[in-house]
Amino acid sequence: MMNTSPGTHLTRIHAAAAWFVAVTFVGASGHAVAAAKVPDTLQQRIAACTACHGVHGEGALKSGFFPRLAGKPAVYLARQLQNFQDGLRKYAPMEYTVRQLSPAYMREIAGYFAAQQVPYTRSPVPNASAAMLRRGEQLTSHGDPALKVPACSSCHGTQLTGVQPSIPALVGLPYDYVSSQLGSWRTGTRASAAPDCMAVIARRLGASDISAVATWLASRELPADMQAQPAGSIKPPLRCGVLGDHGGGA
Amino acid sequence: MKWIGRSVLGALVLTVLAIGGWLLLASRGGELATPSAASVTAENLRDPALIARGRYLTIVGDCAACHTAQGGQPYAGGRSVSTPFGNIPASNLTPDRTTGIGQWSFADFWRALHAGRGRRGELLYPAFPYTSYTRVTRDDALAMFAYLQTLAPVHTTPGASGLDFPYSMRSSLAAWRAMYFNEGGYRPEPAKSPAWNRGAYLVQGLGHCNECHAARDALGGVSGHPALSGGRIPELDWYAPDLSTRAGGGLKGWSEQDIVDLLQTGRSAKGVAFGPMADVVAGSTQYMSGDDLRAIATYLHALPPRAQLAEAMPQFDARALARQGGEIYGQHCADCHGKDGTGVAGVYPPLDGNSAVTEPTGINATRMVLLGGFAPLTGANPRPYSMPPFAQQLNDSEVSAVVSYIRHAWTNRASVVRPEDVSRYRHTPLD
Repeated sequence: MMNTSPGTHLTRIHAAAAWFVAVTFVGASGHAVAAAKVPDTLQQRIAACTACHGVHGEGALKSGFFPRLAGKPAVYLARQLQNFQDGLRKYAPMEYTVRQLSPAYMREIAGYFAAQQVPYTRSPVPNASAAMLRRGEQLTSHGDPALKVPACSSCHGTQLTGVQPSIPALVGLPYDYVSSQLGSWRTGTRASAAPDCMAVIARRLGASDISAVATWLASRELPADMQAQPAGSIKPPLRCGVLGDHGGGA
Repeated sequence: MKWIGRSVLGALVLTVLAIGGWLLLASRGGELATPSAASVTAENLRDPALIARGRYLTIVGDCAACHTAQGGQPYAGGRSVSTPFGNIPASNLTPDRTTGIGQWSFADFWRALHAGRGRRGELLYPAFPYTSYTRVTRDDALAMFAYLQTLAPVHTTPGASGLDFPYSMRSSLAAWRAMYFNEGGYRPEPAKSPAWNRGAYLVQGLGHCNECHAARDALGGVSGHPALSGGRIPELDWYAPDLSTRAGGGLKGWSEQDIVDLLQTGRSAKGVAFGPMADVVAGSTQYMSGDDLRAIATYLHALPPRAQLAEAMPQFDARALARQGGEIYGQHCADCHGKDGTGVAGVYPPLDGNSAVTEPTGINATRMVLLGGFAPLTGANPRPYSMPPFAQQLNDSEVSAVVSYIRHAWTNRASVVRPEDVSRYRHTPLD
């Protein structure tokens, strides 16, 4: 079999093939773990989600682009899955993964992640000047009337921990995620039901303001209670499709 | 290089057109086999039984798959169908009077489906698979037309054609049709059973299976290869496997029940539908009647054996590749698919002997490892299990190693996949 005569190229290929088969089986036997009975749980079924977002939706710690899902309002999460399916949010791997899931299954998956309670972890805070942090805090907590940008906290809750059932928390989000999402609203690769209040706000913010907001949010200490505020506890300053078009102002 | 190729092809198309195109047009022009519009009254079209049958047939034809934009109204068009020759917008099939088919007569509809011509007689691009639909009977076409006319009209803005020159000239289609299109209905084979004939009618006609499951040549035609013998899907870059269950076939060893199971539930003892076929199952075949699914299985099961491909040999350092691939398999794959590649019945597909793993190109296994994803969501499987995507975790050489490993492990004997091949399939195909 391992004939080393200067014979044909073919012989060598056969030898390589024999090795491939041999190593193949030896290699496989090294992992002789019998396939256990597959758990009939949602967690087991959604391996496609948890590979990037974590088994409990804790997010990928090494990358700011696979956000935490745990504890976000269920209606918000289900809407995001629907928005990926409808192409309002453009990110091909997510669009591909959810493309034929039913509304009921998407609600179930959203409910799973909304119910997860895992400790928050701090993401790296980019170097920023004191002026930039001040600007970030000003926009987040007070808004900028000259730009007609309301305070983030006017919708996302006084502690920025979100508001049931549709508004997500902003604290605990990595710089990369917040800045890329606000950028996506400006370029139209993230959208929500019309009138899309977040698109309006993102377009009123310049690149440096987006950076300031994302930096300040990433640098903020996490409040002890990360639960979203109860439904109906805010009065949105802009008309928002996701909030049933309530709210006033422009 | 690509544009040079296209220019050469373009010159060829124009030459053939110059020689034979106008003759063809002249000869075909007078014999458009359109039924008399007078025989179809508005009264006929309101028959609830006809409409219900039309709804079913429209699902069998999976018309909504192309004629619905992402997030859009079903059948209202707007999706852009990618082809190697450019993008072709799918039309609005709702009865809107200006942007849909609200002013179409049944004769117009029949001519599109059967002869591949638009309402003004213009030649239609074969991204609309009239090459298959020409086999649909007039009765079935009437039912579909009756159903489509019951949809709520949706006013849309037609997309602009993104075709490159010379394909943007519809007249170039005359030559294409001369080479690849035979207008005509399905002719039953009396020697075969009614089930076989029903299956053949569905597979060759409305199901338009051969549009993906056969290799296309440089001009986008599917002639010259045995029907349903498998082929790479242009632009999407998935491989639609050979559908023969006999020796050398892509579905070798599949029973008729396996075929029915896959089409009805999205999974079978032999494998799970994925990629574009997952969409076909979710949108179309899961809704087909048991009789029709069994007819399709009867027909596919009778496809002839295929020529055996020579056993593929590893092309480079096989030992290192197998060792690395085996390690990755043990770490990431064996928990679900088993160390022996047998999978878990009804949950995780076997990889040993799975044609999705061993198809000639290796594209499918590569894409599955990169993309993961859910099994088709069907009435029988409303909460499907899923596979993690590994695009973020594994680099090209790791994907190459594990895919090469599973393509050659156990009883599988397929060629290796190189890291540069993996790199080519890292983008996510959506349309």
